[in-house]
Amino acid sequence: MSPIISRGFRGRRRSEGPEGRVPPGQYVEDDFPVLSAGPTPHTPLEEWDFRIEGGAQPARWTWDEFRALPSETITKDIHCVTKWSKLDTAWEGVSVDTLLDQVEHDAAYVLAFSDGGYTTNLPIEDVTDGKAWIAFGYDGEPLDPEHGGPARLLVPHLYFWKSAKWVRGFRLLDEDEPGFWESNGYHMYGDPWREQRYWGD
Amino acid sequence: MDDVVQETPRVRTLQLAVPDWPGHRAGQHLDVRLTAEDGYQAQRSYSIASAPEQELAITVERLEDGEVSPYLVEELRPGDEIELRGPIGGYFVWEDGDNRPVLLVAGGAGIVPLMAMIRHRVAAGSTAPFRLLYSSRTIGDVIYREELELLVADDPGLEVFHTLTREQPAGWDGYARRIDEDMLREVAFPAGDGPAVYICGSTRFVDAAADGLVALGYDPLTIKTERFGATGG
Amino acid sequence: MRVEDMRLDGNAVGGVFADLFGLEMTDQMTVCASCGAHEVVACLEVYVCSPGTVVRCRHCHAVMMCIVEGRNRTWLDVSGVATLELRR
Repeated sequence: MSPIISRGFRGRRRSEGPEGRVPPGQYVEDDFPVLSAGPTPHTPLEEWDFRIEGGAQPARWTWDEFRALPSETITKDIHCVTKWSKLDTAWEGVSVDTLLDQVEHDAAYVLAFSDGGYTTNLPIEDVTDGKAWIAFGYDGEPLDPEHGGPARLLVPHLYFWKSAKWVRGFRLLDEDEPGFWESNGYHMYGDPWREQRYWGD
Repeated sequence: MDDVVQETPRVRTLQLAVPDWPGHRAGQHLDVRLTAEDGYQAQRSYSIASAPEQELAITVERLEDGEVSPYLVEELRPGDEIELRGPIGGYFVWEDGDNRPVLLVAGGAGIVPLMAMIRHRVAAGSTAPFRLLYSSRTIGDVIYREELELLVADDPGLEVFHTLTREQPAGWDGYARRIDEDMLREVAFPAGDGPAVYICGSTRFVDAAADGLVALGYDPLTIKTERFGATGG
Repeated sequence: MRVEDMRLDGNAVGGVFADLFGLEMTDQMTVCASCGAHEVVACLEVYVCSPGTVVRCRHCHAVMMCIVEGRNRTWLDVSGVATLELRR
């Protein structure tokens, strides 16, 4: 059934952004929208840890140990599957390479898991070689809980649902396993430049 | 869309003519979907303001950052077509025949489905006692103010209590603060009367009012709630 | 928009469910697969501000349902619902 076109309706003014910066089907957003699938978790830093499971030995960092690791500031564009992109977002975080380098493994995939039960899956090569961080700062401030603080996964080259908020660790896997959204219709890989939003894209 | 009533500067009632409209129940809502020429779509839910006995109408508040509400409140003209789905709702409804006392608690635009219930009560000639506690920011934000005054003057079975949370006119003798347990204690029917309760507004408003009533001894099962998003808009 | 106001209730999915099930769903009884709580759909917690709509138990907050609307198809996960009563 074809929809009724509403005379004069345009929706929010949506900017298409500078040439080449914005993937197909996206528009540029100045705000930083908060998308929530549940209550915001609040883990006290004394209880927080980041774990990597499934390697030769389990690895674990407390908050203090994590913050003692070398970190960097990165500026990246981010792309949400709900069609907004935000350019030049500034983050502070620990490269995932720094963490994975301390674990002996031959995993092909990771399943990131978060407080509140959220999970998302990624190939190992998409979180290594400087492509991913565990971010604890945004725009010069500690990362807000509503944006995933104290720390979230940051994987800017994929749709932002892969950048798991409230991340608490990785499970190293031999085979790809769908996380929360991937089990519910979203694409297993999620490349915004190939517009891989849903199964079969 | 057939006709328009400007209720307050930011709020408009849209009267709708829908072919083969199956009728509706007081408390139900419609989903409105707008499609732009480039195919972009946006969808929002709006409560039906009219009683089942009246011509179908929805009341829409224009939200500051809204995407759909500015269009409905400012752009839409009589004769324009919009796409609707509904009526929707089987839980948050009140029907003549239910003779329990009814407590209605409205936060801002949450008044809309409760007004449909009040209008239905009047149209059906029901004698069920109704009390409305209606929270608005200022007197200018009170939707259906004159109609409520007239209905109250006409019928002792309907009582209306207003609270204005941000600003009150000179000589205001209503409440002047956010809803709290003390206010509910003064306004609500005694729990022992077995009243039905309908609360509508933002999530924070609804949760606070429901918690307040439970603390006063109301059975949670008799409290029906409908939460509006600020996702609406 | 405050994060607290992003949580709605099952009234917000009444339209989607009526389309999918062909029935009025807001007053249908559900049983949470995680904690066994009985609530009608209207009393569940609904988060619409996300890549999909997530419906949670209001007692234990476990995910009961997830609805994703893609191009021309909808994914519905009800693995968190032990039983859904459908009265016609």
